[in-house]
Amino acid sequence: MAQERKGKQPGERDQREEEERIDVRDTDESQMEKIDELLDEIDSVLEENAEEFVKNYVQKGGQ
Amino acid sequence: MALPAVIGAETEFGITGRNQPDWNPTLASSQVVNAYQGGRVRVQWSFDEETPGNDARGFGYEGYGAVEADTGLINVVLSNGARFYVDHAHPEYSSPECADPRQAALYDKAGERVAEEAAAAVRRSLPEGEDLRIHKNNSDGKGNSYGYHENYLVSRDLPFADLIRFATTWLVTRQIFTGSGKVGSENGRPPAEYQLTQRADFFEEAVGLETTLKRPIINTRDEPHADVSKYRRFHVIIGDANMSEVQTFIKLGATALLLSAVEDGAVPDDLELADPVEAAWLVSHDLSLRRPLRLAAGGGATALEMQRQYYEWLSKYAERELPEPVWSEVLEEWGAVLDDLETDPFRTADRLDWAAKYRLAEGYRARDGLSWNHPRLAMAALQYHDVDRGKGLAYRLEQRGDLRRLFTDEEVERATAHPPAETRAFFRGSCVDRFAGALLAANWDSLLFDVGEPNLKRVPMMEPLRGTRDLVGGLLDSCRSPADLLRALGE
Repeated sequence: MAQERKGKQPGERDQREEEERIDVRDTDESQMEKIDELLDEIDSVLEENAEEFVKNYVQKGGQ
Repeated sequence: MALPAVIGAETEFGITGRNQPDWNPTLASSQVVNAYQGGRVRVQWSFDEETPGNDARGFGYEGYGAVEADTGLINVVLSNGARFYVDHAHPEYSSPECADPRQAALYDKAGERVAEEAAAAVRRSLPEGEDLRIHKNNSDGKGNSYGYHENYLVSRDLPFADLIRFATTWLVTRQIFTGSGKVGSENGRPPAEYQLTQRADFFEEAVGLETTLKRPIINTRDEPHADVSKYRRFHVIIGDANMSEVQTFIKLGATALLLSAVEDGAVPDDLELADPVEAAWLVSHDLSLRRPLRLAAGGGATALEMQRQYYEWLSKYAERELPEPVWSEVLEEWGAVLDDLETDPFRTADRLDWAAKYRLAEGYRARDGLSWNHPRLAMAALQYHDVDRGKGLAYRLEQRGDLRRLFTDEEVERATAHPPAETRAFFRGSCVDRFAGALLAANWDSLLFDVGEPNLKRVPMMEPLRGTRDLVGGLLDSCRSPADLLRALGE
């Protein structure tokens, strides 16, 4: 499971701002690592049988 | 002078069962609404004063009321002043009336907690292997959409024609920061890998009364739920439900600012689009945010350029007319988002759902080489909206600090139980909390009590900014029974 990020540490803001300047399509390594870590966490909670779940997801009668 | 803000939002939740052989979404929605164990009372929702068939352009629509009347069968009113009920085949949470956009964003978020708790209660009663999930989204990806409706109180003195004139381009162009993001396109629109909004594909008319087919950018439903001689309720049906608290705040706050400025005649130009219906989906399909839209006066401008123009007008207007700090906060957040959308749209991934979800999807594509229509990618995009905090991916992003929050868990929890103090929702919610047993029926603008006397007693609430804690808090505290309350109100 992922570590929770609670508030900013001193000096962290500059680093975060720097990260945010980078386009997600950029291949910058630290950014990719951060996303990979996020995807690993998501993999652990993503519904099983995604194909069947998505296929059966039908919502009628909405406004 | 424009009216003070009164804002509310309605969310129709997506609902889905797993391994349930006789799955029926209407029945499941009823179970969800009934299962909610927070402060609530199940009442009849009285429709005699509702007029969804009235058109703000000046004509009625006969028989419309009868169509709507069967939707309020399972209906609860919550102690926070909200309505939680079954709307056709979806559970719906209609927030209480809120006095500013920050509060409205808070009570919108509280609706997720209500739906989460209700769904969890249903799940506990399901046989092993079955499941039920609730999503705060607006499209099933198969051509069906369900709404997120915003409500803003405006003066009856404001001609509806002015709302049409000034709000159309606003609603089309604001999509660059109101969208929740969607994989693919629907409803016969050109193919798209990913687009900014869930709803844009479904809008087919510029102006109209419908909400379920041929959806219009400007909905003309004239049903103020308040004194009809003084008020209009502007019913916005083209927005997406957002998971991001900051995004909900900007969406409601900037739109309330625009409407206030329109009421005060402070928007210098309508920026009329040559084809608003086409522009609605063009904006949503343009991830570059650089595609110009054709203007009626000739030439073109991008949605972002027009939003910049609105920002200039509204920031001057707010500086002059709206001293409350919440409006500076709206301008600050909205302005920062417009700046970031201009420099690099993906810098908004910590505030805007569409950008946050795109970042996830691009991550999957880069790591696993998934195509845009791969089930795992579609699953992640859907699960972003799951209201269960253990499952919903938006909450995962929040917990990691990747998606900014405005509120603490405690603030949101409190808002599920307690009403806003500054509107009539305070009276409604407090009556649910204290006198639920005597409440027989409710509506936005009245409560019906049975206190054991020969006649039922109706308490009208035609003024959204009365029934506040300041006005009735002391009175409610002094009454030990609903009969006391009604006697005191009658004096």
